Amino acid sequence: MSHPTRTSSFAAGARDTLPMMIGAAPFGIIFGTLVASGPLAAWQGQLMSMSVFAGSSQFIAIGLVAAHAGMLVIWFTTFIVNLRHMLYAATLLPHVAHLNARWRLALGFLLTDETFAVMNGYYRRHPDAPLGHWYFLGSGLSMYINWQLWTLVGLLFGAVFPQLQTLGLDFAMVATFIAIVVPQLNNMPRFAAALAAGICAWVFRDLPYKLGLLSAVLAGVTVGISLLHWRAKGDVEREGAA
Amino acid sequence: MSYTWMIIGMALVTAFIKAAIFMLGDRIVFPPLLKEALSFVPVTVLTAIIVPMVLAPHGGGMELTWRNPQLVASIAAVAACAVTRRQLLIIVVGLGVFFGWQLGVLG
Repeated sequence: MSHPTRTSSFAAGARDTLPMMIGAAPFGIIFGTLVASGPLAAWQGQLMSMSVFAGSSQFIAIGLVAAHAGMLVIWFTTFIVNLRHMLYAATLLPHVAHLNARWRLALGFLLTDETFAVMNGYYRRHPDAPLGHWYFLGSGLSMYINWQLWTLVGLLFGAVFPQLQTLGLDFAMVATFIAIVVPQLNNMPRFAAALAAGICAWVFRDLPYKLGLLSAVLAGVTVGISLLHWRAKGDVEREGAA
Repeated sequence: MSYTWMIIGMALVTAFIKAAIFMLGDRIVFPPLLKEALSFVPVTVLTAIIVPMVLAPHGGGMELTWRNPQLVASIAAVAACAVTRRQLLIIVVGLGVFFGWQLGVLG
């Protein structure tokens, strides 16, 4: 049985997103602190959290600003980094296609890795919940408010301790990315893709406009897909021989 | 001012990506190859960003030495990843080793 009223559905969505909110808190603080110690004004950092609302691309943009990348490169990188949301949206689409345009726009804007994870589980349990979009709104909105709050804490904290950057707090971003990437390297194609991207990023690190980064992503994705297909083909041949 | 434009552009790009599929409805079909390519995007982008930062924290040549706290702390963070999958713990271990190494060992 799904939740009987709009309010209970909304509240359940917020409640089930609570672990994700706690998990996102340190990232919000680190983001705010990085902004406070860089060239962006504090309000611009908050504006980015409010209008972009996509953690990894916000981190990457701050990193690219620090590396003096051009605006077009930052926009293009944002595009590439956030493309995965299209996959999320494509997965959830059957459950929201019946809603009016305003609802679909709002839920699309609120879509994040975390809310996708929550909604994916919810729709698997309740494929026909009539008030599922209120649950979606509860999850997305609580995640949104949470992100604004922790960004603000980081901005204030970073303004109080401006020397954090010289202490090397940018390593927090490196540690954060390691914590995201390494658990995903659990199969050969993804491990090889990351390895190829890392090597390529090092070799081409001095190319202008962060072209080294983009060529590294291209090389990594190509290696990953090639291995995936090569392995799939090997499986078929082995089965044929048996 | 140009940072504000940068942010507005990022917001438009992101909102477009996030909402386009929902707005267009069932009219789009993802080719399988594109789906596969997208699945490799997070690990390759993030790795490509941090590798130069870790290997050459001062922007010069490769610092493959124990005197490079970024390298030492990254190895510790990867090791912490192998032991536990808890993101916050990994970040704490990485930062702890980083600052400990900088102040305690290299001090």
